[in-house]
Amino acid sequence: MATTLEHTADPTPGAPGSVPTFDVTLKIRRFDPEKSGDQAYWEEFTVNARGTDRLLDALHKVKWELDGSVTFRRSCAHGVCGSDAMRINGRNRLACKVLLKDLNPDKTITVEPIKGLTVLKDLVVDMEPFFASFREIMPFLITTGNEPTRERLQSAAQRDRFDETTKCILCASCTTACPVFWTDGQYFGPAAIVSAHRFIFDSRDEGAAQRLEILNDKEGVWRCRTTFNCTDACPRGIEVTRAIAEVKRAMITRAF
Amino acid sequence: MQTHQYDVVIVGAGGAGMRAALESSKRTRTAVISKLYPTRSHTGAAQGGMCAALANVEEDNWEWHTFDTVKGGDYLVDQDAAEIMAKEAIDAVLDLEKMGLPFNRTPEGKIDQRRFGGHTRNHGEAAVRRACYAADRTGHMILQTLYQQCVKHDVEFFNEFYVLDVLLSDDLTAGQVPDGAEVRVSGVVAYELATGEIHLFRAKSVVLATGGAGKIYKTTSNAHTLTGDGMALAYRRGLPLEDLEFFQFHPTGLAGLGILLSEAARGEGAILRNGDGERFMERYAPTIKDLAPRDIVSRAMANEVRDGRGAGPDKDYLLLDLTHLEPAHIDAKLPDITEFARTYLGIEPYTEPIPVYPTAHFAMGGIPTTVTAQVLRNAADTVAGLYAAGECACVSVHGSNRLGTNSLLDINVFGKRAGIGAAEYAVGADWVELPAEPEVGVIAQLEGMRARPTGESVADVRRELQQTMDTNAQVFRTAASLQRALVDVRLLQERYRTVSVKDKGRMFNTDLLEALELGFLLDVAEVVVVGALNRQESRGGHYREDFPARDDVRYMQHTMAYRRRAPAAPGTFDVVLGYKPVVVTRYEPMERKY
Repeated sequence: MATTLEHTADPTPGAPGSVPTFDVTLKIRRFDPEKSGDQAYWEEFTVNARGTDRLLDALHKVKWELDGSVTFRRSCAHGVCGSDAMRINGRNRLACKVLLKDLNPDKTITVEPIKGLTVLKDLVVDMEPFFASFREIMPFLITTGNEPTRERLQSAAQRDRFDETTKCILCASCTTACPVFWTDGQYFGPAAIVSAHRFIFDSRDEGAAQRLEILNDKEGVWRCRTTFNCTDACPRGIEVTRAIAEVKRAMITRAF
Repeated sequence: MQTHQYDVVIVGAGGAGMRAALESSKRTRTAVISKLYPTRSHTGAAQGGMCAALANVEEDNWEWHTFDTVKGGDYLVDQDAAEIMAKEAIDAVLDLEKMGLPFNRTPEGKIDQRRFGGHTRNHGEAAVRRACYAADRTGHMILQTLYQQCVKHDVEFFNEFYVLDVLLSDDLTAGQVPDGAEVRVSGVVAYELATGEIHLFRAKSVVLATGGAGKIYKTTSNAHTLTGDGMALAYRRGLPLEDLEFFQFHPTGLAGLGILLSEAARGEGAILRNGDGERFMERYAPTIKDLAPRDIVSRAMANEVRDGRGAGPDKDYLLLDLTHLEPAHIDAKLPDITEFARTYLGIEPYTEPIPVYPTAHFAMGGIPTTVTAQVLRNAADTVAGLYAAGECACVSVHGSNRLGTNSLLDINVFGKRAGIGAAEYAVGADWVELPAEPEVGVIAQLEGMRARPTGESVADVRRELQQTMDTNAQVFRTAASLQRALVDVRLLQERYRTVSVKDKGRMFNTDLLEALELGFLLDVAEVVVVGALNRQESRGGHYREDFPARDDVRYMQHTMAYRRRAPAAPGTFDVVLGYKPVVVTRYEPMERKY
């Protein structure tokens, strides 16, 4: 059908100048219970990309130009919503925070769903068990007594104490990078412990003892084997393994 | 099809939806339907802060905040609503703190505050420290805190459910329902992403809190999922959309990418420079310079580039300079946005200025509501049981240009009001009879797209829509450019009628969802362009080069756009424009200078 879009061919102001393009091949782990039963398989797609493109841009090209059935979650596209965690060349990353040029686009890039959660379709996994663990550690401020009229006071140093773990976006990169979680889906996992840490070390909170009791469970912090996969996987730069260690120490010393 | 029955159904689980849910669910049986997991909502991308006249660090009061909001919106703000927002801002911030939100602190341990564009002391004397913040992830903290409270209070969510229709007692698109007659909401129809199943939610009250529509543009700070769903659903049912021609372009998007860099950077001392290294905002806003409201800064930037003073090899962007700030200060106050510059452009903000250009950011307009968040179906009558809050709504507290931080405020103040209003209405109301076979329209639409073996590609139509909107309906507009946009949008709407999807499955069919979202985008874009063509003046975020002055005589009023059946051609619709007066209480319109 004819269009009248010729006059819109001007380059967009603010767009980078002539960026070199290159071809990149993605090898995507496919799974569609409606089409292929319980069989997962690999499929390769080659698309043209620009130097500033993220892996998410390449996935969109695959979906929009080659095969609309390739399925993945995404929303914000700049690393703050946590929708598009996936295994990229074997490591958990957000597709929107990985630049293709940083992946060596000369080689095929493998893209798989995060591990340890049931795959529903292609790169989409069932997030419910992950959020269930999060809900179990009482991830909300617990206080007693009357609410103050104004804000609760908190010193800058007290606020800093838990700053790191407030950054979590619940993307599940850490939990699904954890070998303990792969073999034991009952384990709370790093993300839930990070969320517990955020409250245990908040000077305003009075629920630390309850949370530590929950995490003292046989599926709690003691399952952690300090492999640092979680720290490596976190797209927010949280030192997850250290946060878990601090929770373990608090459990022993009851100092928080 | 499954059927559910709740007193209150809230559509959307961002800041406004969850703030409403916290109020509604403690009063009555409430469900929240969200197309994303709640923590994925775009409230989480907001960065800089939430203004409230706490006066924790310097003298301030809510009246100054009200004035700044009215002036910032170029006098198209409803002043009664702005006053409510500025007054309730203080409790809204304190409520969040009590819920656990980790605000940055002053040396005394109180909530810290910083400067933000357009927020001033004593009616414009100088910038004031009014924005309460948590580093440069205030929206993330608000979203997380509200979700934490929803977990605490056991709020019931239907995640990854897409609402595709809002059910009303009357067909408003025929234009036959007389003014004053009662129209009521009876529920919504939703699509479950995981299974492809249709769900009917019967409800006494419905709250629309679906967020923005930034994806009508190519260069935008908005998420892929911000496709104007709630606005388009209301509009298709004959409800008006108010002031949609006013779209905010945020000055500092990462050049070429549109990713947002908070105004907090300038609040903390960063400076905008052109290709000659000049601090050009001194020429455009001599008093508050880089902290002028966003419409003024974005226009100044576009103007610098047009006059050949841009930076970079193609002189097509400006520079945000943080290099004179201490790295420790940057790390403490602006860690996330400096990380964006490193990740996406390979720029080190400690030592290099960051390439920036305006990016489509926020819809000032939306579904018109009263100050109690009730949806209006014309300039005076509300729809019983129907509420809206957040970016999809228009109260109007933002007028023709929103001040920075006032959106996080809007979702908290009016989200809360919507939740209370919806629950209180539902407790006293009877059930409304559902229309016959309420799901058939939605099913026909879905099956049509799925069954069509070949047809127009969703990606092509969407790309062309975004391209024409960027080229023809952006910071600078003329009658000619808007006419081109309108012709394009209508041709694209025509092509959309034969759109087909490649994924024919039922489970997790995101191909199908993108097709549905495109339909919403096309409807919203048409209303934006028709409103912009009609408004022959320049005000706030709407700048007409052919009408560069504000015209209070003709246009000091809200645009109301209605979708009405075209009498001449059955099966087609026209955009019919009407008006609603602006509420003026304290402040007579003045010329807007900073």
